Order: sequence, then C-alpha cells, then structure tokens
Amino acid sequence: MIETNAVYVIVAREFKKFIREKSRLISTLARPLLWLFLIGGGMSRLVPGGQNVTYIQFIFPGILGMTILFSSIFSSISIIWDKEFGFMKEILVAPVSRFSVVVGKATSGMVLSTFQVMIVLCLFPFIGLRLDPLQIIGVILVSAILAFALASFGILLASFYESYESFSVIMNFIVMPMFFLSGAMYPVKLLPEVLKVVSKLNPLTYGVDALKNIVFPYETGRMSADFSLFIDLTVIVTLSVVFVLIAGKAFERKQ
Amino acid sequence: MSMIIVENLVKKFGSITAVDDVSFAVEEGAIFGFLGPNGAGKTTTINILCTLLSPTFGKAYINSYDCDRESSKVRNAIGIVFQDSSLDKDLTARENLMFHAYLYRVDKAERKQRIEDALRFVDLTDRADDLVKKFSGGMKRRLEVARGLIHRPKVLFLDEPTLGLDPQSRTNLWEFITTLPKLHKVTIFMTTHYMEEAEVCDKIAIIDKGKIIASGTPAELKKIVGGDVIYLKTNNNEEAMKDIRKLFDMEVSEKDGEIFLSAMKGDACIPALIREIGERVLSVRMQRPTLNDVFLKLTGKAIREQNGTGLDNIKAMVRSYRRRHDRD
Ligand SMILES: Nc1ncnc2c1ncn2[C@@H]1O[C@H](COP(=O)(O)OP(=O)(O)OP(=O)(O)O)[C@@H](O)[C@H]1O
Ligand SMILES: [Mg+2]
Repeated sequence: MIETNAVYVIVAREFKKFIREKSRLISTLARPLLWLFLIGGGMSRLVPGGQNVTYIQFIFPGILGMTILFSSIFSSISIIWDKEFGFMKEILVAPVSRFSVVVGKATSGMVLSTFQVMIVLCLFPFIGLRLDPLQIIGVILVSAILAFALASFGILLASFYESYESFSVIMNFIVMPMFFLSGAMYPVKLLPEVLKVVSKLNPLTYGVDALKNIVFPYETGRMSADFSLFIDLTVIVTLSVVFVLIAGKAFERKQ
Repeated sequence: MSMIIVENLVKKFGSITAVDDVSFAVEEGAIFGFLGPNGAGKTTTINILCTLLSPTFGKAYINSYDCDRESSKVRNAIGIVFQDSSLDKDLTARENLMFHAYLYRVDKAERKQRIEDALRFVDLTDRADDLVKKFSGGMKRRLEVARGLIHRPKVLFLDEPTLGLDPQSRTNLWEFITTLPKLHKVTIFMTTHYMEEAEVCDKIAIIDKGKIIASGTPAELKKIVGGDVIYLKTNNNEEAMKDIRKLFDMEVSEKDGEIFLSAMKGDACIPALIREIGERVLSVRMQRPTLNDVFLKLTGKAIREQNGTGLDNIKAMVRSYRRRHDRD
C-alpha cells in the first residue's frame, strides 16, 4: 500500500532543498535561540522556579516543541507551494498512491524536524540541564513521533488551501495559538479553566508534556509535567496515525 | 490498434461545460494534434486522460485501460509535459530527472544511463548540474520533454509545448518532437493553437467551445477550404479572366489588381494556364490553404483572434509572459 520508492524520493528532495537553503536553516535555529535566551533569560528573573527547575530550564522542552511545530508545519505547508508552482502535478500523475505521497510528506517533516531538534538539543548544557544518554534518545524519539503527527496535521491544512496567501493565515491563526496554548511557556495547570480546556485539545500540549516528562522526570509541583508520560505517548501516537489517515483521505479527493 | 480512445466525453465545472461530448481515437505511434482557441477544453481533456480529473460522463481509455478506474495502470503508460511548467526550480536538471526515475521505479541498473541519455538527447548535458531556475524557457521545455520520456511511456502528452518560445526554439523543439515516435515508439498527443505547428500531425481534431468541429489528416482538413488559390498579374485582367472562363470553365475573380482562382491541384493547374494565356501573364503566385484557413472557414473566426472568456485570455497571457521572462 505504501510505496517506499515514493516515500524515499520525496524525503530526499525535501532534505536536499533544506540543506541547500541556508537562510531557512539559520532562521529555524535562530528562533529557538532567541526565545530561549532572550525571553527565557529575561523571564527567569521574574518567574520563580520550581523545586529543581529554573524558568529557563522549564521552557526548554517547550522550545524543542516549538522547533518541531514550526519545522514540521512549514515542511508540510510546502505542499501549497508545490501546487502553486506546478510540481505537485508531476507527483500526482506518477504511478504512486496518494497515501504514499502523504506519508512521504509527513516523513519529510519528521526527518527535517528531528534533524533540527537534535541541533537545538545541544544547547542543554548551557542552561544548566543534565541529561543522560537514555533521556537524549527519549527526546529524539518523542520529537520524531510528534513531528510526524504535526506534519500530517499540516498536510491536512494544506489540502484545503490552494495558494500561498493562506500561509500567513495558517501561521497567525493556527500555529501561533497552538504554540502559546501548549504549556510551552507556562504550565497548563496554572491556566484559567477555559484555556485549560483549549490546551487539552491541542496536540502539541501532549508532545511538549512528554518532553517535560523526559527532561525533568523527578520534578513535582507547579513546574512539573501535567500528564503522565503514558497518556502523552498514547495521544501523540494515536494522533499521528489518525492525522496521516485523514490527510490521506483529504488528498485523494478528485474533481 | 488504438492507443487512446475517447467516447462521448463530457466534463462540467458547475455550469460551465468545458468538454462537450467529445469522441476520437488515436492509433499507436501516431502524432495526434488537438487544436483550438483559449478555453476550448484541450487541457481539461488532457487532465481527464492523465487521471487528474474524473469525467462527468463518457469514457476514456489509454492502452485499453480505463482512465478513471484503472488510474495506476494508465499512469504507468503515460508521460506528460503540462501547459504550465511542473519542474522543481530549486533542484538541478539532473535531480529533477532523478526524482522522476525513482518515482517511476526505473531499474537501478538503468537509472544513471537513461538520465545521461535523456540529457544528451535534449542537449542539456553541459547544464545538467545547474539549478533549473537559471534555465531559459526553451531549456526548461526541453528538460520537461526529456523527463516525460525517462520511464519509456507509451503515450506522451504535450500541452502547448512551444507556447512562449521564440520562433527558432519552436522550430527546434518541433524537429525534436517529430523524431520521437520513431526513436521511442511513443504515441504523441499534443495541443497547440499555432496552426502551422499542427501540420506535423498524422491526424488532427479541431475543438471549439468543448466540441470537436472537424477532424482528419491535415490534407483532408485543408480540402474543406477547397484547395489552392492561384493569383495572376496580367497585362489585361479583363481579357485574361474572359479567356480563363472560356478555356477552363473555372470561377475567377479580381482583387487588388490581381486575378485569382482556386483549384484542387494548383501546382498542376499553373502550367496549363501558362500554356494557354502565357503571353498575358506577368507574374504568378500560389497559396496553399493553411489550417488557419480551415478554422476560419469552420468558425468564421481566425484562431488567434477568437477567444474563450476574458479570464482565459488573461491566464494565457500571464502564462506566456511567465515563460518568456523565465520567472520562478
Ligand atoms: N478547475 C476548473 N474549474 C472551473 N472551470 C474550469 C476549470 N478548469 C477549466 N475550466 C474552464 O473550462 C474551460 C476549458 O478550459 P481548458 O483549460 O480545458 O481550455 P484550453 O483549451 O486548454 O485553453 P488554453 O488554450 O487557454 O489552454 C474554460 O472555460 C475554463 O475556464
Ligand atoms: Mg490549456
């Protein structure tokens, strides 16, 4: 059902273009740096830490989540560019199933995001965090699953839009709120009830929470993770399967 | 054997009927030309044949597979050069071909060789590792044709392959395209609204407002307008016309100081005319009918003037502008 040749070549193309486009690489790495040190650094003077976790350390999983969110959504939104500039037709008339195309795109998002997360992850010693190898592997695995889920979600969005003007709509009305309501910058348990409900509907919340569970497993109190690791993983694994299936269906529509 | 069969095809977009009860067949190894003005329904027909659209009514078959139901078999059998470029401009020429080869499962053993051959075939070997965004319009077109052939399709679709190219590139591209059926054993389905270009076709169908209004070989279509026209300058037009009417029993008239008559075989008619009234004749010229005359005769409008909706025109203009100015 899934053609590996199609998945492989779609991922290879995205990866090649990503490596070639230096400005994209720089901007995706600059954003986490700015948030972590300028906002995190400043806010940590204001916000008291938890038991063993300072504010700047607290937002580290959220910054990883942000890296994944932006890179995987950006990667799958590139479908809109492909439609606009015609390349999508080359893919659509090829003898591969629509579902393989979607899996290929989602996998591209996963590969690119994981690649970027690994770079941002290297910052952990600079903010006084200590991670053992098992934790590092855990972060990378969770990031990959989360990226696959978010990239599939991005493909679903992209299948409803034809032109790239919609890109800023998606960024401002979907991606930014998703980030702020994910518990990345403040614990979900401290949010007002209404926002708490919205946060619980946000897929990114569970991804960020899983990362918090892995990065500071022994923290309790207000800076701790909001759900158990088991719940987090169940949600993001389920969502990646559900999103990729729906995105596949949305992509199959033929006029 | 018919490679492409289209039966009573209809495609509606809301209230617009883009393709209206179209039927035709194309033999294996032939060059088939689909001619018509902007908005006639050419691209829509191609999109149905290449499985991107479902027909509202009717059937289309390629290599005896149903285009709507057996998409993947059809897709294996076809190569396409779309009206709008579908190259990835941020990849090199070779990478574009490589992507295609993987997508169509070209054997690992053959992949490299086929790509090199294709590049050489369209004369782009020197530029193989340049980004496509640095290519001229003609180079991109040639690359697309090469790409369409990488997986050895049975049918190659060319949707206005020469639109926006300069006359010299157009001639070159046509010379190249006409060699394909022999070299690659491929059937060609092409659209154009340059009437002259359609002369290379084995068979032509003329479509206007979604309907086929005429079809046949170029020679058959030209018969519709009644053969060649011979123009004569003479020292006395009145006398010459009288002689011609008497001796040949032909219709002859005068316009702008020249007399003219039409004949099915103009080239054979000229020597006879000269033999009889040669001493009066100052000069002779003959005009063969073009497919443009055919279109004019059938619709009352020249193909380049006649048009679909205003929007179609603007789209067509933008397209050729983009291609000429190498925008990406
Ligand atoms: N996706 C679509 N939705 C609505 N109308 C469409 C769509 N595609 C084509 N049409 C309409 O169908 C008609 C035929 O369009 P088509 O693109 O097939 O023309 P064409 O013969 O290829 O013209 P051109 O020479 O300009 O390329 C036009 O009136 C066009 O506006
Ligand atoms: Mg067209």
